[in-house]
Amino acid sequence: MSDLICSDLCMTFTNPQTGGKVEALKDINFSLKQGELLSVLGPSGCGKTTLLNMVAGFINPTSGQLELGGKRIESPGVERGMVFQQGALFEWLPVARNVDFGLRMKKMDAEESEALVEKWLNIVGLAGFGDTPTYQLSGGMQQRVALARCLVNDPDLILMDEPLGALDALTREKMQSLILELWKETGKTIIIITHSVEEALLLGERLFVMAPRPGRIYKEYNLPFAEQGLTNSLRDIKQQADFGKVREEILTMIWDMEEEIMGNV
Amino acid sequence: MFEWLSTHRADISAVIILMLVAALATSIYFGLKDSHARRNDEVFGDPERTRGGWHWAVTGLSALMLIWFFFSWGMARAYFPSAANELCQVGKISEAMSPITARLPIGSRYYKSTTLVVRNSAQIDDLDVGLPEQVFNQTEQRSLRNVISQTRSVIAILSNPAQQDPETATQLAMVADDLDRLADRLRAGHDGLEPTAEALEQPRWGVESTEIPLLPITARGVLFDEVSAEVKTVAERFLKLRNFPPEAMGLIEKTMAEIAELKDAANNDTSWSESEQAERVKYVKAVERIFRRLDDGVIFPADALQGVNQGVENLYDAVGDAKGSLNVVDALFFPGEGVVKSRTICIEQGSARWLPKPTDVVAKFMKLANPDVENGGGYKGTTLLWVKWLPIADVVGFLIPDMLVDALPGGYGTHDSDGSFMPTYKDHLLSFAQGEVYLGSIPMLDGHIWDSLFRVIVAMGFGVLLGVPLGIYMGVSRFFKSFFDPLIELYRPVPPLAWAPLILTIFGIQDDGKIFLLFMVAFAIMVISARTGASGTQLSKIRASHSLGATNRQILRHVILPNALPEILTGVRIAIGVCWGTLVAAEMLAGTTGVGFIENVARTVSDYELIWVTILIMGLLGLMFDLIMRKVIDILIPWRGKG
Repeated sequence: MSDLICSDLCMTFTNPQTGGKVEALKDINFSLKQGELLSVLGPSGCGKTTLLNMVAGFINPTSGQLELGGKRIESPGVERGMVFQQGALFEWLPVARNVDFGLRMKKMDAEESEALVEKWLNIVGLAGFGDTPTYQLSGGMQQRVALARCLVNDPDLILMDEPLGALDALTREKMQSLILELWKETGKTIIIITHSVEEALLLGERLFVMAPRPGRIYKEYNLPFAEQGLTNSLRDIKQQADFGKVREEILTMIWDMEEEIMGNV
Repeated sequence: MFEWLSTHRADISAVIILMLVAALATSIYFGLKDSHARRNDEVFGDPERTRGGWHWAVTGLSALMLIWFFFSWGMARAYFPSAANELCQVGKISEAMSPITARLPIGSRYYKSTTLVVRNSAQIDDLDVGLPEQVFNQTEQRSLRNVISQTRSVIAILSNPAQQDPETATQLAMVADDLDRLADRLRAGHDGLEPTAEALEQPRWGVESTEIPLLPITARGVLFDEVSAEVKTVAERFLKLRNFPPEAMGLIEKTMAEIAELKDAANNDTSWSESEQAERVKYVKAVERIFRRLDDGVIFPADALQGVNQGVENLYDAVGDAKGSLNVVDALFFPGEGVVKSRTICIEQGSARWLPKPTDVVAKFMKLANPDVENGGGYKGTTLLWVKWLPIADVVGFLIPDMLVDALPGGYGTHDSDGSFMPTYKDHLLSFAQGEVYLGSIPMLDGHIWDSLFRVIVAMGFGVLLGVPLGIYMGVSRFFKSFFDPLIELYRPVPPLAWAPLILTIFGIQDDGKIFLLFMVAFAIMVISARTGASGTQLSKIRASHSLGATNRQILRHVILPNALPEILTGVRIAIGVCWGTLVAAEMLAGTTGVGFIENVARTVSDYELIWVTILIMGLLGLMFDLIMRKVIDILIPWRGKG
């Protein structure tokens, strides 16, 4: 089983000009079983993105270690796919070439990859858009392409850095359903970073609320809403009393943290 | 066909000008209408407002062409084909009159006599005051003062009409009368006059030779021509006139004797020291010099010349009257000083001197573009742009260096003991590499324009091939950036032409020197643009491709290079423009082919048509390059500005 194990993870950034040190993350410990969906919330500067970048292998921790499926993470790898806020699509390539980018880099057989691309475009709801230039797509469609591009590589772990941050409310809700569907169908482990408390509650089977200075996991929740979201409408879930309670609790928590940061300044 | 076009230049431009005026009017009309219709649709600053608007391009171009036609006297030639010839005849009168007018206020503000009197009087006053008394004895001083006062008297006598020689007065009156008679003749009109057959056979203005024909081709022109001939004789007579009043003559003779005596004393009296004697001689000579300017009889009393002055004015008025409508044409359509007669030709004095008529430029271009070099086409033995058959062997020989064959194992053949020679395989290869094997021919472009293009294209090719990879590596690697950045930034700001003398010395005047110079220009621009493009890649794209399993090399090829493509193509566009400009300047320095070479030769012989032809060729080729690059950019990077 490819579980993600994070032990005593620390990350300290040093300002090259002033020599000042910032503890972006301190003593992070958690483990994520395969197939779990983790959402991470927190005020700005709490180290969410740093954590994700380290899991992706873009940066290496100052101390501590990350393991996926028993293998230490030291550099970016195909087993960990990443979806960025703005899609980070290659605008010079049409949709299908964006999606099969990873396959082409692996030099996969053209027919085989063509079939895979078709399958995934169907799943994300972009059938027939294969030859469309990406710059002609709307924001939501671009994010679907980014999802397909990530999933076609069949990663064990999918990392999403505020994937829906730039979308309008309606598109966002549709995309949230899509993510839940994909989660259910593929059984992948997913870590999703978000600024929206609602989104974190809806999508997160587990939820970390992180606190800044030093960046740490402040509180952990196990939530039933993602499971419900597979069958029920997301809007109904949001109406539930439990949902509202947890939302208020977390909002207050984050509000207090923000207050504290402002006070410190 | 070309013959016909050439001989009907004036008529063709007449039609073109009408079309241009029509185009100008229509385009302004449609342009205003369009602006009016769209006035409410778009806010100011909306980039969409720059779309379309071809009307204004037509307006600008036709206005420019009309201005060109106007200032090059193309309009005058098109619609008043004989006006220049008539103005040339008028110019003949001015030329014939110039010896007279040079001595009168009409040509030079003051009478020549006035100028002389004023200048000499001033100098005499100076001498009088500055008499060096220590080097002349009393007698000599008295004698010198006497000479000076007599000189003043001579000036006074010459200026006095009452003491004037009556014969001279009569002669001056006759000159004035002659001028009046000629004026009357001009006023009488040109009825009954006809141009000679010889004059009518002259090439017309702007046909074959573009000079203005010299002989009069209209009745009015004949009148001016005939009058100018008579003015010439009158002027000659006037020039011979001298004013020698009897009293002045006596005084002059007496003074001359005194001066001779003083001079003799100054030269031969040895009782003075060497420096003193030098001063004596100098002073006496100065006095003599002034006197000599008075004794040739060119000073007349002002009143005596008044008659001639009036005669000249009258004649000029008459010329103006006789010109009639020509005055209007001259003022409106011949900007500048108009037609001026000088020695054996009539010169277009004004903007037309350096601005050839559009049709003449086209005709000149046609002549250059004619690929038949044997029969006067091309320029300096090379076509402008044509196809030449080039043996393939030459190309092969150029590409394979002999050294490559030398490096192969084995040796070249030697002659046997019986004197026979058996070539080895290396001998065969060598003759192949030296282009001695006939392999057929291929068509290649040839000519001045191609030579220029070739230089730019090859330099650009090398610049892109070497500059883009280096630029991209500089955009992603600390070593490449830090190592090459100072080197490139050090040579890049130096104007390319500053390198030229050095490069000419190293490479010689052949193509390779110029290509290297252009390569330096293109290389720096390509490096910088590729580097800017590469370093501008979004980090998230790079990270995404890492996560998708791409290797470093794949990221360079599939992510960073396409991402830098817009910048690279912009760089190519700029580099082509700069190369083109540098090339022409480089070709002006040395070489025997190329557009810049043509311009350089044209410059030394002041062939303005040729200069304009080369300017237009350069402009049009530059425009063509840019249009092609714009198209290429649109095709290759449709995502530009949309990513």
